[in-house]
Amino acid sequence: MKAPSIDYVATAPMLIIFGVALLAVLVEAFVTRSQRFIVQVVLSTVGIASALIFIVYLGTQGKSVTTANDAVVIDGPALFLQGTILVLALLAVLTMADETSPDSTAFTAQASTTPGSPEEASASRLGLVQTEVYPLLLLSLVGMLLFPASNDLLTMFVALEVFSLPLYLLCGLARRRRLLSQEASLKYFLLGAFSSAFFLFGTAMLFGFAGSVKLSAIAAAIESGSGGTPASAVVGRDGLLLIGVAMLAVGLLFKVSAVPFQSWTPDVYQGAPTPITGFMAACTKVAAFGALLRIAYVALPGVRWDWQPAIWIVAALTMLLGSVVAIVQADIKRMLAYSSIAHAGFLLTGVLAMDQKGVSGVLFYLGAYGFTTIGAFALVTLVRSSTPEGGVGGEATHLSQWAGLGKQSPLLAGVFTLFLLAFAGIPLTSGFTGKYAVFSAALDTAPYGAALVLVGVLASAIAVFFYIRVIVLMYFSEATGDAVTVSQPGALTIVAVAVGVFATIALGVMPNLALELAQNSAVFLP
Amino acid sequence: MDFPWLTTIAAVPLVGSAAVAALPSAFAPRARHVALGVSLITFVLTVVAALQFDASAGLTGTGFQLTEQHQWIPQFGVSYALGVNGIGLVMVALSTVLVPVCVLAAWNEVQADRAKIFFGLVLVLETMMIGVFVARDVFLFYVLFEAMLIPVYFLIGTFGGAQRRYAAVKFLIYSLVGGLVMLVAVIGLYAAGPGGEHGFLTSNLTGLEFSGVGVERLLFIGFFFAFAVKAPMWPVHTWLPDAAAEAPAGVAVLLVGVLDKVGTFGMLTLCLPLFPEASKWAAPVVLALAVVSVLYGALLAIGQSDLKRLIAYTSISHFGFIVLGIFAMTSTGQTGSTLYMVNHGFSTAALFLVAGMLISRRGSQRIDDYGGLQRSTPLLAAGFLMAGLSSLALPGLSSFISEFLVLVGTFTRYPAVAVLATLGIVLAALYILLTYQKMFTGPAKEYAAGWSDLNAREAWVIAPLIAVIIFLGFYPKPVLDVINPAIERTMQTVGVTDPAPTVAGIETDGGGK
Repeated sequence: MKAPSIDYVATAPMLIIFGVALLAVLVEAFVTRSQRFIVQVVLSTVGIASALIFIVYLGTQGKSVTTANDAVVIDGPALFLQGTILVLALLAVLTMADETSPDSTAFTAQASTTPGSPEEASASRLGLVQTEVYPLLLLSLVGMLLFPASNDLLTMFVALEVFSLPLYLLCGLARRRRLLSQEASLKYFLLGAFSSAFFLFGTAMLFGFAGSVKLSAIAAAIESGSGGTPASAVVGRDGLLLIGVAMLAVGLLFKVSAVPFQSWTPDVYQGAPTPITGFMAACTKVAAFGALLRIAYVALPGVRWDWQPAIWIVAALTMLLGSVVAIVQADIKRMLAYSSIAHAGFLLTGVLAMDQKGVSGVLFYLGAYGFTTIGAFALVTLVRSSTPEGGVGGEATHLSQWAGLGKQSPLLAGVFTLFLLAFAGIPLTSGFTGKYAVFSAALDTAPYGAALVLVGVLASAIAVFFYIRVIVLMYFSEATGDAVTVSQPGALTIVAVAVGVFATIALGVMPNLALELAQNSAVFLP
Repeated sequence: MDFPWLTTIAAVPLVGSAAVAALPSAFAPRARHVALGVSLITFVLTVVAALQFDASAGLTGTGFQLTEQHQWIPQFGVSYALGVNGIGLVMVALSTVLVPVCVLAAWNEVQADRAKIFFGLVLVLETMMIGVFVARDVFLFYVLFEAMLIPVYFLIGTFGGAQRRYAAVKFLIYSLVGGLVMLVAVIGLYAAGPGGEHGFLTSNLTGLEFSGVGVERLLFIGFFFAFAVKAPMWPVHTWLPDAAAEAPAGVAVLLVGVLDKVGTFGMLTLCLPLFPEASKWAAPVVLALAVVSVLYGALLAIGQSDLKRLIAYTSISHFGFIVLGIFAMTSTGQTGSTLYMVNHGFSTAALFLVAGMLISRRGSQRIDDYGGLQRSTPLLAAGFLMAGLSSLALPGLSSFISEFLVLVGTFTRYPAVAVLATLGIVLAALYILLTYQKMFTGPAKEYAAGWSDLNAREAWVIAPLIAVIIFLGFYPKPVLDVINPAIERTMQTVGVTDPAPTVAGIETDGGGK
């Protein structure tokens, strides 16, 4: 058996990030404490940026290959998704790295100390910084890049684990309300481990059915089995196929936080350090939907009549539940979590379309949603409660604390309003373009598309209500007794938010270039 | 390529809004000057553009003039396509006249530190209003139709009365639900159309062969529902009284005078030409709803104790008339409806603005808090009376002609409906005259002793409106000449002809002479 040949050019973005991640681990070991932070930040941004440049290069080459013994496929959707993930990750790193003072950082000084203990206090007094977040984020990024580019289920599973495990850790590193953060981490880990197990079990079932874990081989086995020509290999194994598909779906739907596997989302989004929440909300969604699209379009188009009804129901429930439950949330991060659930539902309508228009719609939507999400969470980090001594406290995430913010900080309130309007899908924002793209695809080709789109617009109408509620609070309400300060954002956060604003408006007003890119990227290599 | 008149007219307020936003805070009170200047420039530009408009050419080509067309989102089949026919032109004119008037009306109403927000939003709103009336692309129309809600929402929510939060949210939710239903229909319409890079142009979507009667009807319902909420018609009207009562007078004028017209404008220029068969199919139901709106709005207006709510309910009644004329499917009725949109804009604007002046003096919107004002402020009383008489369609004032045309147009096809609707005129006399009696007649009251009558600024607000009302009441020909060719085209597209007249002597342009 000879070693598989690897197309190093096509896989360069992943390799670069992987290399940088390992380098970052070494930095932790060998660079002095005082310099670590700056070295890590520079290393991460430069690494991500150079990977991004490679993606652009590959995109201009129209690269479309399978490599590493067919385990990895670099095609249009893979490149588009990898590019999106990298851009969003870059913005996320900027929001994480903005530490103008030790008080403003989102991460704990030393994660190993018990919350509330003297050790914690002394670590924080010493000004320690947990710079491990950067290598963890980079490692997670490697998994995310590989996930939508995997051409077989085992590689996909490895990618899933590689990007999930660092995220579990990152969730537990919040500086304030650490017990909540650690609870989130544990919850995410336990449920995530379950869902990974489901995914793996599903892989085994499909291997039993098709005799291979390759997506194309599974597709071929389904074709020959159901196409009338009895292929002896798969006759009588429909049970394996259907159970396998269902289990695979559980694993993926958990990651995109679709109903009924959404229950972790609000807790984790609330507990995790806010920049990490933004990173998760944007990048995980992109990666997971990328993998979902690939499995649906490459491996399982032959049994679409079996899984589409189930996903149809999941999509409808996800949209409705996310929108309805968000109405009663009192915490801004939990509200955004439910909004992210609702958006997963909207995205699923595009997946159901099962044609190129659907793919390009989902690709566009993911990008549009990601920019807005990172920007919105970056703004959440700026709204702080004031300590009695007049200092800057933790994030003021309770909605009542946002009352009257429009007067106190018109700029922040204005930008946040823009993001909320984009989430709500108001025309001339990126959210509307994305929604239009997936809805029009679903209406054309999804089964019972018109009904699904009707559910979608109904959910959008409900969703408007809770987005508007925040706007009402910020502008039309008087500030409550709780003192809230809006901390001065550092340059890096400003850049991240500015990019979010630009993308939100540009993708709403002049989306044609991005749409064209998504359209040209929407063909999977079988 | 000709000068892009329509883009210019729409862009000037937007640029003005940016200028207002960029004013340093020391100059914040100057925002109103900038806004007034910009809106007057827009008005002048509209007049200049209107002079290029050749009314007689309405029946040749596509029927649209001053057209512009560029690619916008080819992937969705969306073009940036502008152009006006007679109907669009008069609506643009209405908008550009009312905006400076409203700016002037709000001159001292807004605190200096928030003036930038107010006038900036009003100018953004003007851009969108103009855009929605000149869009020749269904998607572009939809985008502006929806985006327009946001500035209005902030205007009501930030500058409104005590219940402003409730009113603003209710307004937004109602409108968005209507809009989202329309979105489904918009997507469906594209799928039914020829598709391609210009698949959303109205000209490409007119005269489609739908795959089934059901498809056309569903699409029609999607569009009509949004327009009915916007217009608003019974039973989806309840947001209007709240929104209008809470909004500052100037915003209420734009809301009721122009924005709601987008609903009836959409029915006439989108629903009818795009879905002719479904429109004919739905006409009986729509007419029934319209008659209910006419009578229900009028009856509720009589029962109101709040001045602005009263005006809002009278508008619901008037919108009933407008819809009646549109769906009667006669050229007389549709011409009347279009004229009615203009006239109602002016007379309601005058009513709201005089009401605003009274409310700012008295500090109350309750009708019972007023009385005897004829003696203390005769000019205000006269302004209210003129606006009110126009609103109740007194012959010689503009609304009479349009209401008459609508009723005649309806009568030729649906006599019973017209007879019922005529009751609305009787009720109109009641709600206007009773209100006038309560507020202005009787002995002078003490609280009004120190009131100043109409000042110069207020006179400039009211006088142009009254002048237009009287002018169009005696000589509506210029407007009718512009409207008529467009209506004829609409009738052709829908495939209906006027019923043969059984009563001699009814001509579409003879009403007011």
